[in-house]
Amino acid sequence: MTDVPIIDYDSLREKIKKNDVRIIDVRREDDYQHGHIINSVNLPLAKLLSDDSPEAIAKIVGDLGIGDDTSVVVYDDTFGALSSRVVWALQYIGHRDVKLLNVTFSQWKELGLDVTTEVPEIEQSTHSINIQSSIMATADYLEKVKDNKNVVIIDNRERLNFLEQHIPGAINIPYRTLSTDGKIIRTKESMRNLLKNRGISEDAEIITYCGSVGTLSGLAYYALKSIGVPNVKLYVHSFKEWKNLEKPIDKQENASYWDLSAE
Amino acid sequence: MAQQLRPSKRGSKKPKVDWSRREEAENFASTVKLYRQGKVDHDTFRRFRLQHGAYGTRMTDDYAMVRIKIPAGEIHPHQLDKIAQLSEMYSIGSAHFSTRENIQLHWVVLEDVSEIMHLLADVGLTSREACGNTVRNVMCSPLSGVCDNEAFDATPYALAVAKFLLRNPLNQALPRKFKFNFTCCENHGMIRIVDVGLLPHIQDIDGVKQKGFKIFLGGGLGNKSFIGHQLEEFTPIEDLLYTSIAVLRIFDRMGDRKNLARNRMRYLVNDMGWDKFQNLVLKERALVKATQSVIVKLKIRDAELEIKRSISVNNELPSIPDGFARWKQTSVVSQKQKGYNSVFIGLESGDITANQLHIVADLIREFSGEGIARNGFTQNIVLRYIHDDDLVTLYAKLIESGLAKSGALTMASAVGCSGTTSCNLALTNSHRLAKEVQRKFLELNLDEDEDLRDSSIKISGCPNSCGQHQIATIGFYGGGSRLGKDMYPNYTMSLGGRFDKDAMLGHHTARVPVKRVIPVILKIIELFKQYKQSDDTLDKWINRIVHNNESSEIKSVEDIKKIISPLLIPPTKNDDGDFYMDYGSDTNYHTITGKGECAA
Repeated sequence: MTDVPIIDYDSLREKIKKNDVRIIDVRREDDYQHGHIINSVNLPLAKLLSDDSPEAIAKIVGDLGIGDDTSVVVYDDTFGALSSRVVWALQYIGHRDVKLLNVTFSQWKELGLDVTTEVPEIEQSTHSINIQSSIMATADYLEKVKDNKNVVIIDNRERLNFLEQHIPGAINIPYRTLSTDGKIIRTKESMRNLLKNRGISEDAEIITYCGSVGTLSGLAYYALKSIGVPNVKLYVHSFKEWKNLEKPIDKQENASYWDLSAE
Repeated sequence: MAQQLRPSKRGSKKPKVDWSRREEAENFASTVKLYRQGKVDHDTFRRFRLQHGAYGTRMTDDYAMVRIKIPAGEIHPHQLDKIAQLSEMYSIGSAHFSTRENIQLHWVVLEDVSEIMHLLADVGLTSREACGNTVRNVMCSPLSGVCDNEAFDATPYALAVAKFLLRNPLNQALPRKFKFNFTCCENHGMIRIVDVGLLPHIQDIDGVKQKGFKIFLGGGLGNKSFIGHQLEEFTPIEDLLYTSIAVLRIFDRMGDRKNLARNRMRYLVNDMGWDKFQNLVLKERALVKATQSVIVKLKIRDAELEIKRSISVNNELPSIPDGFARWKQTSVVSQKQKGYNSVFIGLESGDITANQLHIVADLIREFSGEGIARNGFTQNIVLRYIHDDDLVTLYAKLIESGLAKSGALTMASAVGCSGTTSCNLALTNSHRLAKEVQRKFLELNLDEDEDLRDSSIKISGCPNSCGQHQIATIGFYGGGSRLGKDMYPNYTMSLGGRFDKDAMLGHHTARVPVKRVIPVILKIIELFKQYKQSDDTLDKWINRIVHNNESSEIKSVEDIKKIISPLLIPPTKNDDGDFYMDYGSDTNYHTITGKGECAA
């Protein structure tokens, strides 16, 4: 997986023209019915999360007409977080050619690009399972390696949530930091700069997590992949599981930061 | 000023001044790195950080507060959009309007500050010299240009002075911070509580009307506060710059650089005596004038304002939403320009969400005839040149976004500094207390009470003055007290402070436990209602009491103290556990502070 799994909209349009792509739309079914990118099929994230065992994922993608060699592109309208989680799930079961679209559906429309209400015909397929354990972190794994010098844990929730509680040793890069005007992920140069400022080596083993299902941290996963960071893992069950397992938690003490927020 | 009926273009107005310098962001990033590597020592780094507008954060070295300067308070919609975006990327998803027209982002990772500087440069803003021993944000009344009582609009002069002094070698390492305030009139500008306060004035000199200022020097709030002295009867605008330079030079040369607690210019003035200081300034000014090698002039952009009111597409009159009359009465000022209004949007303790910032930006574009807004003096934002016919529609839109709280111009909108939400020095959560006070006032409809309108409540979380408690009708600053071994948060209450032409500092009256602050305020209002004269107001009544001029039963602050004293007695912890907790906290109170860097 040396390829950067992100695709720009012009390249996607080429692929659509050549009829060489299966596109997954990760929005609610309603939104999909009202218009979507040509050739896309609908996969609401809830459906994927209802059972995210490798077998279930393989079945879902097979039903969407995706075989082992199908070229797949995924988009959403939630700043790339939901589509990131789907791309990651496909990569996790061993799908090689899957990419994240670097704009959201709204941005696609703002660019004046084609949308349709036509639903493509799906020819069912089967998908094999070849687990890529190197891109996933479990709670136990994270706990074991978290104090290693070469491991960086990144929390992608909002700042106030992070201050209130986080995995000990984690650093906070809120998901909003990752995007740029008009693209779901910032430019390579500014992404590198962010890591450089934060003192994060691109050679480190980086584990991302967020609130509960690995969406915000999924986006961070691909933001890191966009500049070719080799060793990134998604702690897919994230802080919700960590808390349920009663693992250690840190907080910023002695400050009433919540009272500063305008909510 | 011809009114042109055509749609205003979105964000078409460019800021007059670009305050930014992009290379400062690079420099900041590399200096942070050197500091983290131990190659720059802590004190050197702290000075550097403050010079660039990044303030320390409560009990941690990992975070900073970035104070964005808004000179003269003039802010453009696209700048608000950018700040909204920055708050979500690097801060807590909301921003904070200060009492000095700055906009602050709190809990920013120190390593991210340089990115903020870069993005601020995209919209011409800077945080440079927003903290530290420098000339802080130059303020100007939010009503300058529209106030009925002003001699002329001071805004161009405020901007010119800010521009001249920003990054000027003359004032990069003063003994202490230094503040300029410009006003429209005596009532709106707080000119007597700053180092240099300027009131526009037109003087008839040999039959010629001359523009100039009345300049007040050496005022300031703090652990020890002073009211400014008027330098001379009239300072013509040609002398504005020379006078400013002269004062800064004297302070730079003679100010106390050793005693941190006493090194604002007001102490120098006080120690030397006003007459001597005044003399020194006038001499220094003559010297500055005589020795300038090149003629230095302020660049005043005083172009006639073009007011564009957008055409209303829908000609039907909108239905009037509930609460409109109350909101208008307590939040809107009519301008000297006929048919136009200034709308004050009150923010609880200055806090505003990213989403609300975007909405305010859109409302400016849609409704403000000048296409920009002004930050106010009391943690609020002011939309000006709002046409009479647009007020209802604007109000309806403010309701939708939770920005239509009434009482922005009344006692109900209490000021609270950031307190223990982020400040190193704070002893109490003044920020939250101010919100609680405001909510109680609105709940009781006290914002509608004309007798209270001109009074104010201001709260600081420590004896310093970011909340400006000394000039409040009822002011509070935080501290801790004990009953036996149990600590509880406590506020020192002062009465009768004001900043107008009869400026004076509040009279210390009593120490009030935090959970009794609201009952005590309400008790004072009740006493006022009981003893007031016809057409009396709370601030007038309190003013008479603190000067021992009141003829009713309540003759002095001691009488007030006596009546409220039952409220001040601490219960035991067993009887009332809540008494021992600060607002926003569910644990027992104890004081924790770090090293101060002087905030606002």
